[in-house]
Amino acid sequence: MNSEISPTAPAASSSTVDESRLRMLWREYAERRGAVVALIVCVVLLAAAILAPIIAPQNPYDLSVIDIFDSRLPPGSVNPAGFTYWLGTDGQGRDMLSAMIYGLRLSLFVGVLSGLLAISAGVTVGLIAAYAGGAVDALLMRVVDFMLGFPAILVALILLAVLGQGVDKVIFALVMVQWAYFARAVRGTAMIERNKEYVEAAISLGLSRPRIVFGHILPNCMPPIIVIGTMQIAHAISTEATLSFLGLGLPITEPSLGLLIANGFSFLLSGLYWISVFPGLLLLVTIFSINIVGDRLRDVLNPRLQK
Amino acid sequence: MPDEALLTVRDLRTHFETRQGVVKAVDGVSLDVRRGEILGLVGESGSGKSITGFSILGLLDAPGRIVGGSIRFKGEELVGASPERMRALRGREIAMVFQDPMMTLNPVLRIDTQIIEAIQVHERISTRAARARASAALQRVGIPSPDERLQAYPHQFSGGMRQRVAIAIALLHRPALVIADEPTTALDVTIQAQIIFEMQKLCAESGTALIWITHDLAVIDGMGDRVCVMYAGRIVESGAVRDVISSPAHPYARGLIDSIPSRNERGKRLSQIPGAPPTPFSLPQGCPFRPRCGRADAACLEVPQETTLRGERRVRCFHPLEESV
Amino acid sequence: MLVFVIRRLLQSALVLLAVSLVVFAGIYAIGNPVDILLPDDANETERQAAIRALGLDRPLLVQYGIFLLKAVQGDLGTSFVYNIPSIELIFSRLPATLELAMCALFISIAVGIPLGLWAGLRPGTKTDEAIVTGSILGFSLPSFWQGLMLIMIFSVTLGWLPSNGRGATGTLFGIETSFATWDGFTHLLLPAINLSLFKLALMIRLTRAGVRETMPLDFIKFARAKGVSETRIVLAHVLKYILVPIITVIGMELGAVIAFATVTETIFAWPGMGKLIIDSINKLDRPVIVAYLMVVTLMFIVINLVVDILYALLDPRVRIKGQTE
Repeated sequence: MNSEISPTAPAASSSTVDESRLRMLWREYAERRGAVVALIVCVVLLAAAILAPIIAPQNPYDLSVIDIFDSRLPPGSVNPAGFTYWLGTDGQGRDMLSAMIYGLRLSLFVGVLSGLLAISAGVTVGLIAAYAGGAVDALLMRVVDFMLGFPAILVALILLAVLGQGVDKVIFALVMVQWAYFARAVRGTAMIERNKEYVEAAISLGLSRPRIVFGHILPNCMPPIIVIGTMQIAHAISTEATLSFLGLGLPITEPSLGLLIANGFSFLLSGLYWISVFPGLLLLVTIFSINIVGDRLRDVLNPRLQK
Repeated sequence: MPDEALLTVRDLRTHFETRQGVVKAVDGVSLDVRRGEILGLVGESGSGKSITGFSILGLLDAPGRIVGGSIRFKGEELVGASPERMRALRGREIAMVFQDPMMTLNPVLRIDTQIIEAIQVHERISTRAARARASAALQRVGIPSPDERLQAYPHQFSGGMRQRVAIAIALLHRPALVIADEPTTALDVTIQAQIIFEMQKLCAESGTALIWITHDLAVIDGMGDRVCVMYAGRIVESGAVRDVISSPAHPYARGLIDSIPSRNERGKRLSQIPGAPPTPFSLPQGCPFRPRCGRADAACLEVPQETTLRGERRVRCFHPLEESV
Repeated sequence: MLVFVIRRLLQSALVLLAVSLVVFAGIYAIGNPVDILLPDDANETERQAAIRALGLDRPLLVQYGIFLLKAVQGDLGTSFVYNIPSIELIFSRLPATLELAMCALFISIAVGIPLGLWAGLRPGTKTDEAIVTGSILGFSLPSFWQGLMLIMIFSVTLGWLPSNGRGATGTLFGIETSFATWDGFTHLLLPAINLSLFKLALMIRLTRAGVRETMPLDFIKFARAKGVSETRIVLAHVLKYILVPIITVIGMELGAVIAFATVTETIFAWPGMGKLIIDSINKLDRPVIVAYLMVVTLMFIVINLVVDILYALLDPRVRIKGQTE
């Protein structure tokens, strides 16, 4: 007699549930047109960075194609060989557009890699703290608090002052200033998850510890990791650019966007705006789009976090 | 009717337009409140009883909105009244007491600030005089050494004490009507009884009418004059408390009364209403109680209208229970 | 309260000790301290003298003890570049940095909180969306590039404001400050704006989130039910309620602002300790780096302590807990 309120359709297989959940998330995400645009921009920038050797008009590292007589040309200039510098050239006669694409490649590489490494480190520490509890947890969280107590830029600055320049050192410094955010977030979520019934059920079923941690607790920590990870990658790119601008980040032989801007700094006051402005705009667009995506992800994932 | 109606609600409809669809939280409610009387508004959570209260006060949170009907208070239409007019009425003519006393007082403001602002918003009166009034108000609801307690912050009070403060604030201006939204649900049983007793007494003293919203029919049994039973946004049965409880006409009201523990004999299994309340997005066709009702038949696929049984007894059912007809 | 302060002081001392250990390890243990502490052109006799003078032939633990002992007495080495005690050098640059940081923080509060309130009270509207997007933009602007753009627009193109250095200072209420002269003020403006934008975005988001969390709470509804006006609800109830977390963040951000000042000071050639540290890193003036780190850590600790005490004073709930403990 009460067909209307009988339990809904038989349990669907898990893959279709995941699929429909993802589709629902996407639909909610796409409600903000700006967030979709930002996502497209991110994908385009990533593609440009990966394909840099193919799409860049010039190889900025290849000294044979760079002519010092072409230096400081304004945007749109054409050199005697018929090559058009759409965004002008820098102080050494490099095509700005090409230098920017390569710079973006380097900036994204450093940002994404340091982000991923920081996630791995932070997740490991967070899970250990949550699972071990007691003194181990207290000690690890003290370290995390200590790390978070100092501004990232300051810690990175000091680390690089001690370590010196280099891509590996910059990545190391960026991981050092980021991991604590993930550790804290993962520990927080894992502590909540650990006390939920399904974990108890898994334990009573005799599942092994690693299986519970990686199969059950970790998946539930994913939403905060994704959100913080997105924001932190943007932050890492910005920090790397700042460090390189200050002359402490990447060496001059590997010009990231920050270094390109720094190179243009001295020309800025004499009116040669393009050397600094264009790489800066590219940097801003990159960080801005990643942040918009991250912000939207937080809004979309948050209600599920609370459930 | 011998007494003049203080509040007349007719065919009130309050809807929430959400992403998932329109929730008809209140869907055609009509009720009357006379001066000084106590009206019980009973229903399960989600039946629309609290939303009815908030609609009367004009305190709906977005996206909630009154889409139809009329609310007349002392002859004045409140639906569509200006926000300024509603604000002038709130606290002075119509006051409200909320469910959770832990949350109704601002935790970062002292008690005196919160009482004095409630006085001064409606009366031009010096802060010193307002403070004296605040102290007297606390005294009246049975808070000892009120002058000292005025200096305290809400977290220094127990739940029952906080609810007394809230009641004192509600009665500051001797309003004609107080809407009490489950004011005792969050309290201990012994304190519940005290609060109910005192509120009854205070309202009688100031001639204040009371709409007592609750999910617990037993509470109304002892205190109310009349009762309205709500289900899925509609009033399904109304009448004098004694009549409704002794011989309910609507099957849902019957179910509610049978599930009051004290009314059942010892050792007898408590009866319960089968099934669960419908979700607001998928109301069943026709009478919303039909899927849970033992008396439902093909006729119930239509929405039943409110019919008068006798006197003030009204019921919204095609098959009211025999004994009360 | 006193117990609370003492416990916090002990914790602070521990943190300072930890930092000193890290700094000691970083500067003294890794690499040869002689190379670090002596100029490159030192000869072998000088090196041997230095090793003895620094006690490098003694056990590491003893060395750390000596470092600590000297540090406590305010001796953190002598700058190679300026040839004056590094701690003196830091303190001579401190006022300029503090002035810049305070000014930036003031701008971000004075503009950020109203904008955050404005957006938070109108969730989902175009204004809200614009303010939120603007705040994300503020987060995304790399501070150094934004500084360059400010210089390009306001100094190079428009010629309104000077682009580098600190202007003439004067004495105002016994403090030497840029506000005393017009020249000083115009020099301060661009770097202060540059430094404030990131925190401004943070203030907007923080305030907006706080307002959105507070507005649906029962005590706001209860205040409305009392008839309190929306203006008073926002100014007295909401603002006071969200002020506690905001003050906490402002306090903690003061430290971050000082750290971030390194970038701004470098671009605008502002003679503060941020520019000093970058110069020192570039010139490998390690005693100055050590002194900077210890001073900044000490400042962080003091700031955190002040914030905690302020927090306890502002939030009555915390205050009581502190008393009973």
